[in-house]
Amino acid sequence: MTADPDIQSKSWWARNQMRAAPWLFLAPGIAFFAVYVIFPIFQSFQISLYRWDGLGEARYIGVANYEQLFDDPAFYTSLMNNVKWLVLYLLAIPGGLFIALFLNQQVRGIRLYKSLFFFPFVISQVVVGLVFAWFYNPSIGLLNPMLDLVGLGPMNVLGNPNTVTYGIIAAGLWPQIAYCMILYLTGLNAVDPEQVEAARLDGAKGWKMLWYVILPQLRPATFIAVVVTVIGALRSFDMISVMTNGGPFGSSRVLAYYMFEVSLSEYGFRMGYGAAIAVVLFLIMLVYIAFFLWRMWREEREG
Amino acid sequence: MQSIFKGMAAGLAMTTLLAGAASAELTGDLRIFFNDQNPAPKAAMEGMVERFQQMHPDLNIELTLIDREANKTQIRNYLTANAPDVNGWYAGNRMRPYVEAGLFEDVSDLWAGPMGEELASTRPALTLDGKQWGVPYSYYQWGIYYRQDIYDELGLTPATTWDEEKANCQAILDSGRKCYTIGTRFLWTAGGWFDYLNLRTHGYDFHMALTAGEIPWTDDRVRQTFANWRELLDMGAFIDDHTAYSWQEAQPFMVNGEAVAYLMGNFVVAPMREAGLTDEQLGFYQFPEITPGIPKAEDAPTDIFTIPAQAQNKDNARAFLQYVASAENQTIVNDTLGQLPINRNATVADDKFIQAGFEMLSNATGGIAQFFDRDTDAEMASAAMQGFQEFMVLPDNLDGILDRLEQLRQRMNAE
Repeated sequence: MTADPDIQSKSWWARNQMRAAPWLFLAPGIAFFAVYVIFPIFQSFQISLYRWDGLGEARYIGVANYEQLFDDPAFYTSLMNNVKWLVLYLLAIPGGLFIALFLNQQVRGIRLYKSLFFFPFVISQVVVGLVFAWFYNPSIGLLNPMLDLVGLGPMNVLGNPNTVTYGIIAAGLWPQIAYCMILYLTGLNAVDPEQVEAARLDGAKGWKMLWYVILPQLRPATFIAVVVTVIGALRSFDMISVMTNGGPFGSSRVLAYYMFEVSLSEYGFRMGYGAAIAVVLFLIMLVYIAFFLWRMWREEREG
Repeated sequence: MQSIFKGMAAGLAMTTLLAGAASAELTGDLRIFFNDQNPAPKAAMEGMVERFQQMHPDLNIELTLIDREANKTQIRNYLTANAPDVNGWYAGNRMRPYVEAGLFEDVSDLWAGPMGEELASTRPALTLDGKQWGVPYSYYQWGIYYRQDIYDELGLTPATTWDEEKANCQAILDSGRKCYTIGTRFLWTAGGWFDYLNLRTHGYDFHMALTAGEIPWTDDRVRQTFANWRELLDMGAFIDDHTAYSWQEAQPFMVNGEAVAYLMGNFVVAPMREAGLTDEQLGFYQFPEITPGIPKAEDAPTDIFTIPAQAQNKDNARAFLQYVASAENQTIVNDTLGQLPINRNATVADDKFIQAGFEMLSNATGGIAQFFDRDTDAEMASAAMQGFQEFMVLPDNLDGILDRLEQLRQRMNAE
């Protein structure tokens, strides 16, 4: 009689141990993810309906922030720049692939060359931004003397609204190409030499070999390269902040930077408007995230 | 230096006596957040605290120095949670968000006494809604710093009228140099040019009404100001590629003699001297007259101390602010800072540029403006200064810029 409740409690744990254990282990992660990621998403949705300077009372204004946003030329400039980043940043993938193919050979000291090519990825983005800002600097930078050698006029890359975004993307590509290169180098190690051998016997070489034999085997590496590059393009905030502060006159802003400028910079503190930009950015990214999840799910099912 | 120190000690002894007679020594805590870590302001602030400590040996003073830029965002946190007893800030509209949110203590009681008389020149800048919210300790002039040696070489004298200014500039351009250096990467330098062009074209009252959002940006008078600016732009008066430079990065052009003048605050003097310019090479003149007969107004940003509404030791904080305002403290502090004291009984340091600034500001009959981004609401300041930068690069965009600013003004007024 007295042992009964003891047995029962023991048996509950024994019965559910297998099911409960993963959740117990996941609990801290889930809790933090919920508090610091999921909850703020909904909070942003809520704040975007208010006018709030972060200090006083928040005032409910409905969708006025969104109406203003869709009327805001700065928003479209930022959106356009986001698209430029997404498209041009993907150049890092072929760039990384060709450097990887070039370095994938057995030569004396190849490890040193590989490390040198990988080096820019090790440097902090902020340092890359600073180095490129000096490189582009029209009075002390190296770029203009170099252009002069090939007979081209001086350029003010970061001070010209037409070139500034491309200038920053070029700086961002430098470490990103190194990242893609290392992904492909690892991928190339896994390429089956027998298939290459067989293809060679069948007379495949050069581009055909690359396109029909090597690349299909590099698909996992390509997938990861696309994912990290798109993420890299979307979080391009740090370089812009370091190199131009979004200028000149706002022409190098992306949505993330515009959100920061509106809500957290020296002249900002329009939390509602910033949150509205965040929501739009979130919805855009959601398309990409949904595609990514769908592909993962499909591959899991096929696998 | 020795004599200054002795004088300081004597002055200190006297204040101690006076303070001792007037009020009992303070006890308890005093936490001060100061918003500058640069060498001169740090030395000035530490000296101020040290002297106040000697007056009140039993007071436990804790001084925290915060980076100038970081403070601009951190102030929002520390005013709402764990507030200090005194914090450093800026006069003018920059106080408004905190005054409106009830985060600054009303210190009109301090201004009601003799202190108010001594600091009278800055009373308007410290007043919002008819009350005073802080106590100033220093300010500095803006104006045109120029290469005297190059002017001499070209046989020029500093301009007093707009036509002379343009004629001088043409002579400078003909000699293969640029008239003005500027770095607009962080925008506010262009705000300085707008301030002066607008103040000289239409005067103080118009400028203040415009920065307060009472006048449309598309007003013809505003266009007139930009038209004057455009005269310089069309001449090619400013250095090329200024959008790429910060105000510091624009200095070498003047030091190397590629550009001849710099519209800037007095803080530019120290780095110019460090870069090797002597007082014979570097000169200062007041921004010239544009519309004849308009009383000249000047930009003179004022740095202040405020008491957070949530401060724990407000009596100690008030006593400290009273000491900050005193003539002898302002003399010592501004001698260290290389800036101007506000207390009219304070002594101005024996420095060419500080003396010139003192002379100019004492005769600023038009009025004293704070600076574009301190007189204007933050959102408008940001948009307008971006517009100024755009105008300096693409002057033909003026209509679009002004329409944009006007839309913003109307929306802000409607809110």
